[in-house]
Amino acid sequence: MRNWYRSMLVMRLFEEKVEKLFSDGVIRGTTHPATGQEAVAVGVCSVLKKGDYITSTHRGHGHFIARGGDPRRIMAEIFGKVTGYSRGRGGSQFMADYRLGFLGGNGITGGSIPIATGTALSAKIKNTGKIAVCFFGDGASNQGTFHESLNLAGLWKLPVVYVCENNLYAMSTHVDKAIPIPHIADRAASYGIPGVVVDGNDLLAVREVMQAACIRARSGAGPTLVECKTYRHSGHSRGDQRIYRSREEEALWLTRAPIRRFRAVLIKRGALNQENDRRLRREARAIVTEAVRFAKQSPDPDPATLEEGVFA
Amino acid sequence: MRTISYTEALREALQEEMTINPDVFLMGEDIGIYGGAFGVTRGLLDKFGAERVRDTPISEQGFVGASIGAALAGSRPVVEIMFMDFITLAVDQMVNQAAKLHYVLGKQARCPMVLRTVGGGGRCYGPTHSQSLEAWFTHVPGLKVVAPSTPADAKGLLKAAIRDDNPVIFMEHKLLYGCRGEVSGDPDTVIPLGKARIARAGTDVTLIAWSWMSAEAGRAAEDLSTQGISAEVIDLRSLIPLDIDTIIASVKKTHRVLIVQESCRTGGFGAEISARISETVFDYLDAPLLRLATPDIPLSASPSLERAAMPDRSRIFEAARKLVEG
Repeated sequence: MRNWYRSMLVMRLFEEKVEKLFSDGVIRGTTHPATGQEAVAVGVCSVLKKGDYITSTHRGHGHFIARGGDPRRIMAEIFGKVTGYSRGRGGSQFMADYRLGFLGGNGITGGSIPIATGTALSAKIKNTGKIAVCFFGDGASNQGTFHESLNLAGLWKLPVVYVCENNLYAMSTHVDKAIPIPHIADRAASYGIPGVVVDGNDLLAVREVMQAACIRARSGAGPTLVECKTYRHSGHSRGDQRIYRSREEEALWLTRAPIRRFRAVLIKRGALNQENDRRLRREARAIVTEAVRFAKQSPDPDPATLEEGVFA
Repeated sequence: MRTISYTEALREALQEEMTINPDVFLMGEDIGIYGGAFGVTRGLLDKFGAERVRDTPISEQGFVGASIGAALAGSRPVVEIMFMDFITLAVDQMVNQAAKLHYVLGKQARCPMVLRTVGGGGRCYGPTHSQSLEAWFTHVPGLKVVAPSTPADAKGLLKAAIRDDNPVIFMEHKLLYGCRGEVSGDPDTVIPLGKARIARAGTDVTLIAWSWMSAEAGRAAEDLSTQGISAEVIDLRSLIPLDIDTIIASVKKTHRVLIVQESCRTGGFGAEISARISETVFDYLDAPLLRLATPDIPLSASPSLERAAMPDRSRIFEAARKLVEG
């Protein structure tokens, strides 16, 4: 349990560091921090088996860290360095580690939903026993890919779990302005599959729901749609001043913040005290500091390799 | 050698590759018991079962995307898009996902999938069932684009496409399905992607074409020979990779080029070939390079309007004759 806690800490500190590096102009392009959504990433990944597939989103650093990705190579990728997971070619939204089954983020909202569905289809046809987990946001649930993919997966009883991170906002658009029903999970009924709503800021609750969904997927009973209600404490991306929501709302969600809540659980269960809390925080900070050092000291990709690897 | 149809040749390629490699499976609308809108997959459901010959709902984006995911996970899916026009619905998955993953993920991902589809007019199917949209995909790095014009090429190139580790757009043609020709029955006969075919050797003018236009160019070349004009016909077979060497060698020999494309003129693949020739062998040209294409219009369902729009044997003949006789 302490590992999950540390993973959440690394994820949080990593995202805060990335935001700082962007605002300082050290790294360029764009990035989408998942600050506040740590319990979903860590909770979901904590129940997966080796070899299971994950597809992530534009907001995917945390998913990768939670799945066991090396923060040094993730940071290097954000820096565009050759030591990054994609040799600097993918950046924040396109990094993967196929050996971990982590198939990468995606620059297109909802773009990975059919792809995760296809990995589950392949697993079923090849009878590998693997399952797929597909992360996406509330915004992506309005894309055609969501409907088409869940319909296929429901029809074919594919071993996949669709994890909707409902953080209330698709960029600036509140879910109430985009979705006419209270729960995205209710859409599962259209596909003949279970839809479950869970408090996405409660790591243990996420785990419990995911365990059931994974058992169902592995047993051949088919997919589940899990809606994790959460909140993105940061802006959508760099430069977002969050003018579309109130500071009161942000303060309210801070009281539900996932790391603080999980720490309270650990303390209550006697799994954490002030001393090892401090130690875990120190470790997490050191991991992020080392990631930045590694990224800064890594070389840029050689421009001579620009045209390599368009085709396999 | 035995003679079979383009449709039968495609079916044989699918059947052989599915037999050789259990990772190959098929997905698409009405490809199972119905056998596909043009009958290409007829009988395959009985041979391989519903797990490997998968009828899908009408969800082009969904099942094309699923084929990409399956390919990333080690399968070799072949999907059928009933008409090339419907590929619009799956473009994001092909352009933003399949084409890019190998490069942007630092060579980790492999996406060995084939998207079979049928383009072209000539059957009066109207504006949304007759287009040739290959140029869109030649413009996307990471996709291979193949367009066979004979039964032998249909089989050999489809087998190569299925064995290729990259996403391939495999463009068939409605008017070619019934065409017959000699086709090898040897499962090891594969025609590599990226090698053009000199369908007919000649010395006075080079006709460059692919798919149905290649067949029409071959017939026009016969007509030209009765007028004493020796036309060389290059059937590109695949647009990406492009066999530029065969084109260059021919231009150096004939000094005159007519490019024939069925799609509308502006931004077609013919423009790319034209530019490549100008960049490399401009000095060898004895006359300005010519393009024949459909005008920049949506295709009509009306038989007379469709006939008026598409390049054909007689228009190719006329254009080539003028080009040679000046």
